[in-house]
Amino acid sequence: MSDYKPAILLLEDGTLFEGAAMGAEGETFGEAVFNTSMTGYQEILTDPSYAGQLVTMTYPHIGNYGLNSDDKESRRPFLNGFIVREESRMFSNYRGTSTLGDMLRHHEIVGIQDIDTRALTKHIRTAGAMRAAISSVEFDQSALARKLAAYPSIVGQDLVRGVTGDKSYVWPGSESGATDVVLIDYGAKFNIPRELTRRGCRVTIVPAATSAATILKAKPHGVMLANGPGDPAAVTYGIETIRGLLGQVPLFGICLGHQLLGLALGGATFKLKFGHRGANHPVMDLRTRRVEITSQNHGFAVDAESFPGKSAYGETGVEITHINLNDKTVEGIRCADIPAFSVQYHPEAAPGPHDSMYLFDEFIELMR
Amino acid sequence: MPKRTDIRKILIIGSGPIVIGQACEFDYSGTQACKVLRREGYEVILVNSNPATIMTDPEFADRTYIEPITPEFVARVIEQERPDVLLPTLGGQTGLNTAVALAESGVLDKFGVELIGAKLESIKKAEDRDLFDQAMKSIGLELPRGGFAYTLKQARDLAKDIGFPAIIRPSFTLGGSGGGIAHNQEEFDHIAGDGLRKSMINEILVEESVIGWKEYELEVMRDIKDNVVIVCSIENFDAMGVHTGDSITVAPAQTLSDMEYQRLRDASLAIIREIGVETGGSNIQFAINPDDGRLLIIEMNPRVSRSSALASKATGFPIAKIAALLAVGYTLDEIPNDITQKTPASFEPTIDYVVVKIPRWAFEKFPDTDMTLTTKMKSVGEAMSIGRTFKEALQKGVRSLETDRFGLGSDGKGDIDEARLIEKLRVPNQDRLFYIKHGLTTGMPIDEVHSLTGVDPWFLDQILQLVEFEREMRAAGPHADIIRRAKRHGYSDVQLAFMFEKTEAEIRSLRLADGTRATFKSVDTCAAEFEAYTPYYYSTYEQESELVRSRRKKAMILGSGPNRIGQGIEFDYCCVHAAFALKDEGYETIMVNCNPETVSTDYDTSDKLYFEPLTFEDVMNIVEAERPDGVVVQFGGQTPLKLARALEAAGVPIMGTSPDSIDLAEDRKRFGAMIAKLGIKQPANGTAFSYQEALEVAKDIGYPLVVRPSYVLGGRAMEIVYSEDMLEGYIKNAVKASPEHPVLIDKFLEDAIEVDVDAVCDGTDVFIGAIMEHIEEAGIHSGDSACVIPPYTLSAGLLATVEGYTRRLAKSLKVIGLLNIQFAVKDDVVYVLEVNPRASRTVPFVSKTIGVPMAKLAARVMAGRKLKDLKPVRADFEKYVSIKEAVLPFGRFPEQDTVLGPEMKSTGEVMGIDTTFGKAFAKAEMAAGSALPVAGNVFISVNNKDKRHIIGIAKSLAKMGFSICATAGTGDTLQRAGIDAVLLNKIHEGGPNVIDLIKEDKVDLMINTPLGKGPRTDGYYIRTAASFYGVPLITTMSAAQAAIQGIEAMQEEDIGVKAIQDYHKN
Repeated sequence: MSDYKPAILLLEDGTLFEGAAMGAEGETFGEAVFNTSMTGYQEILTDPSYAGQLVTMTYPHIGNYGLNSDDKESRRPFLNGFIVREESRMFSNYRGTSTLGDMLRHHEIVGIQDIDTRALTKHIRTAGAMRAAISSVEFDQSALARKLAAYPSIVGQDLVRGVTGDKSYVWPGSESGATDVVLIDYGAKFNIPRELTRRGCRVTIVPAATSAATILKAKPHGVMLANGPGDPAAVTYGIETIRGLLGQVPLFGICLGHQLLGLALGGATFKLKFGHRGANHPVMDLRTRRVEITSQNHGFAVDAESFPGKSAYGETGVEITHINLNDKTVEGIRCADIPAFSVQYHPEAAPGPHDSMYLFDEFIELMR
Repeated sequence: MPKRTDIRKILIIGSGPIVIGQACEFDYSGTQACKVLRREGYEVILVNSNPATIMTDPEFADRTYIEPITPEFVARVIEQERPDVLLPTLGGQTGLNTAVALAESGVLDKFGVELIGAKLESIKKAEDRDLFDQAMKSIGLELPRGGFAYTLKQARDLAKDIGFPAIIRPSFTLGGSGGGIAHNQEEFDHIAGDGLRKSMINEILVEESVIGWKEYELEVMRDIKDNVVIVCSIENFDAMGVHTGDSITVAPAQTLSDMEYQRLRDASLAIIREIGVETGGSNIQFAINPDDGRLLIIEMNPRVSRSSALASKATGFPIAKIAALLAVGYTLDEIPNDITQKTPASFEPTIDYVVVKIPRWAFEKFPDTDMTLTTKMKSVGEAMSIGRTFKEALQKGVRSLETDRFGLGSDGKGDIDEARLIEKLRVPNQDRLFYIKHGLTTGMPIDEVHSLTGVDPWFLDQILQLVEFEREMRAAGPHADIIRRAKRHGYSDVQLAFMFEKTEAEIRSLRLADGTRATFKSVDTCAAEFEAYTPYYYSTYEQESELVRSRRKKAMILGSGPNRIGQGIEFDYCCVHAAFALKDEGYETIMVNCNPETVSTDYDTSDKLYFEPLTFEDVMNIVEAERPDGVVVQFGGQTPLKLARALEAAGVPIMGTSPDSIDLAEDRKRFGAMIAKLGIKQPANGTAFSYQEALEVAKDIGYPLVVRPSYVLGGRAMEIVYSEDMLEGYIKNAVKASPEHPVLIDKFLEDAIEVDVDAVCDGTDVFIGAIMEHIEEAGIHSGDSACVIPPYTLSAGLLATVEGYTRRLAKSLKVIGLLNIQFAVKDDVVYVLEVNPRASRTVPFVSKTIGVPMAKLAARVMAGRKLKDLKPVRADFEKYVSIKEAVLPFGRFPEQDTVLGPEMKSTGEVMGIDTTFGKAFAKAEMAAGSALPVAGNVFISVNNKDKRHIIGIAKSLAKMGFSICATAGTGDTLQRAGIDAVLLNKIHEGGPNVIDLIKEDKVDLMINTPLGKGPRTDGYYIRTAASFYGVPLITTMSAAQAAIQGIEAMQEEDIGVKAIQDYHKN
């Protein structure tokens, strides 16, 4: 309490929040978004899909159970900043090894706390996700605003290059798997290879820009298109690779992987006003009419109306298999006549409910 | 799937009287269900014996049976109404048990009634410990190992299975003694042997030790298509070992990582599927070992529960309403979320605040009882609070309890017994929270407090942060910045005033001048992701307030806070009626309350809901934001009433009867002068501010006296004193009970008949709802006494006098709204005992008997309407008899003497209604759970004063075929009067005494009037044994007389059932 250091959060529309510094000191810029999950901040912090973003947690107490060595979803955090109502200065959990503050400082993530995160969330909801700056060093609003104006918008940006690995490797522990899966790493969360490994796959993780030919040369049983950050339309090399894979090998896409599959199939994507980020989104599987509670993290979505010959069961048609019950946006697609499907949400959970794990089973089935 | 069209009539069973462990949460859930099912076009048949519920209002169901909730009576309702289905999951354990009994006895099959929501097989799978254990094993989940033992050998066998350490808990010991943790065989044999001896039923529970484990609950919902959602997670502040109803609980869970939370979620889904709860809500309790994360299932309730009510209020997700819709075939995705309107109910609420529930106990009313918190629930109510942080919610929660604390300490109140710090931390008790803070203040490390209490270090650190902040605050002084930060930590103005040595008003003006004022945030189920359309608010100190003030005319209703003995559901009932009536009168209604169990805190009840503590500060925050045209203080009991003067002084418009009139009725001098002018008598009385004054008053009036502190409800600390010694002993306690107010002293009218009147006055006219005659004589608190409409022994002349006095008093007091008067009639003289210009406990009972909603009528009058225009018409209630009987919690407090007195002890009430006194009384006793026997053995033991009266009663019993046994003195009296009576030994003389007979189940009814109260007398042992073994016990001659009539009625004919709507028709 006594080591209270001020910090500010400035949005590009001039809205200002005054709070206290958290994590590393300094200034940072990015797209301000919010996540409504009440648990799972470690997974969120380490999810590469948040690259370029300042993530607000709507639940006020963050850090309560600390961080541990099991729950990270990538090699390090990629987000640009972290915004909470109250950071827990200690942690209480048998697996915990570090406090939130220590982790943020270690990775030089600038954060802010003690602000009205609900007001911020409402603002983002009504005005849309927008660029913002957090600073615990520069308190001159106009100076900060100038720097912020120079910071590029997320639209049209390929953020995948910043998070993907630079060489291919086999996921440790999956070496003896019988089903060969190539996972294209657009910013993959670790739980995707974990779930595949659990189902007997040998998972080879390849960099995002790997070509279709290179992948096909390895003769995998299936290819997994991972999640990842930013605007899918900017990841042109990814779309090209997927076009080369379509019909050649079973495909399963998640999140950015889903959007890229949609684009490869001739569809379009668009930016949602403030995205879906949380662990409570209802998605209906239109084939069974059952509802699953899903983990979500995306700012862009596939346009349901954009597919050519969009008749659901047509020759080259794309079937919309899942929709979001909150806003009726597309949550899943499947090709009618080739083995390829994808979902916008996160069946690998981490964090979030495990309702959609069956999709991994369906992928395994598709590869048989 | 759309709703079912093959069903037309739905039977719902309520939960009956408010008892410990089953309170108004089931009125909330049942009311929601009735409302939504009728809206869907179904015909709803309701059975509930509790008249104080909103659900039993005649307009909430098509047919409402205020009848005992026993399988026999519900079977009669089924026979009469022929419902298609029975929905058993909304009426608590009572409703569920009754439904199971009806299914098992074949009644449901016979009349073709289908169970919906949960099938018999599922209910049994969840409720039977062995079946549940098997079911959990089959899905790979574990229960704590253990079981009950009746011999040392059985206990040793259990221990073999469990290993050490093992917990041994004797069932039902006096004083809660015996039991412990055994770490080896030797210790085990010693503790188990001792426990078996000490248990009154020679039973011990031997269990794997999970004491100190973390305890969690998840609220789960499932629909017919197998969609499952988790509505809320709850973490107990108190570790395993304290009943969740006695634990401070926090939502959402605070110390679970996502991996651990998902494990609970996965288990919950598997459990609800395995148990097979088809549709609706269930509550599942878990224990987690904090050292290694090992997970155990504690229990599952296949029904809506107290926790579901809490979860509904905590998240804005109306579990009971949705459970009812799912039961008739809807699926979650077909039901819209009320709050967002645009999104479906098939989602999991996420919240952006912290919710804290704190129980409220009533140990002060049961001084003989063991105050340790254990796995058996003892609290009588609870308050819920919402804050943006745990610290803020916790402090708001403490002041919501209304136990004269204004936050977590630092308010200049409460005593800490330094010497007992360790014990107070180690043994769970109602003050432990304050001892935790004290321990941390004195520098005890978190680890040590954790190992003593089992409370998670995260919670302890939150409290430590308050301790550290207070140090900083005291050092810094009352600067704007520090005050703002204090408010963000949940400190009240009273606490700040204490710490800065200023007055509450000074702190208030200081912070308002600096612009530090409360902001209001919405409870919206979705952490602001979607726009909220339901105005459900809590206060906090943040940058932005979401409150939108409308231009409409506004009425603000102050609720009654947590349930306690003396102030329970009846006042919530009145507040809800006020909200309905004022809405009809064109007001925007604003409800303020902090009791999560209630209908008033349903966001559907009023136009706006503020879930807030009912202190002056918290109420003023809302007043300033809303600027209401009127504030209603007369419906919520003492809670809002005691704020009336301060609110008025702050310029707040009070609706109805003025605070000055309220004061006039309470002020001995002013009131005495008024009734003297009216020519109305009252027992000689006086007021004393000191012991010396009390002695003088007593000398003037003469003993016996009724003494009590002013401004209390439920006869708190009210006693009858017969001598100066008793008076001296009393004054100390009473002064402690209400320090700002003097002690009131009245002449006690022995053997007088007590009469209650509820009326509405508009300043000109008076509408008398009903005159109630108490069965028990004056001296027993009216809340604990049975009462009858219409009066059954008073002459027409006396009733006319009572009516006349009521009218005169109402007008003289310039009452606008409700009025309750208590009279005593002695030797044909009517005395006024007290006048309460406010809602009374009997308002719902009277309303249901006469078919006029009194509270609604009063609210309309307060809105300016006149009785001569409203023209309330009473049903012809002289054609039937309606009896209200009190329900007492002695079963929970086996050490407590059951003698009744001027201090109220009952937690709830039931109503029996029929064509004769006898039948109505018999029903009331059945409904209260102490059904009168129609044959068997009666034990009689009365004091000398009652010996003359007992002869006639014993003769009647003998004539009706009962055999009689008695103690020597009473037996001698009976034998001399020619009545056959078997004489029994006194307790200390050894067997055969009455306690032996009770244990052998050979006593069917007991009549015992006290010789004197206090533990360790024969009477004490006899009464506590009766209460423990569930033998109906009568402790007054007047009740015995009533019982004779009840038994006669039961012997004469079968007692039928009739809907309240039919009574009102005639």
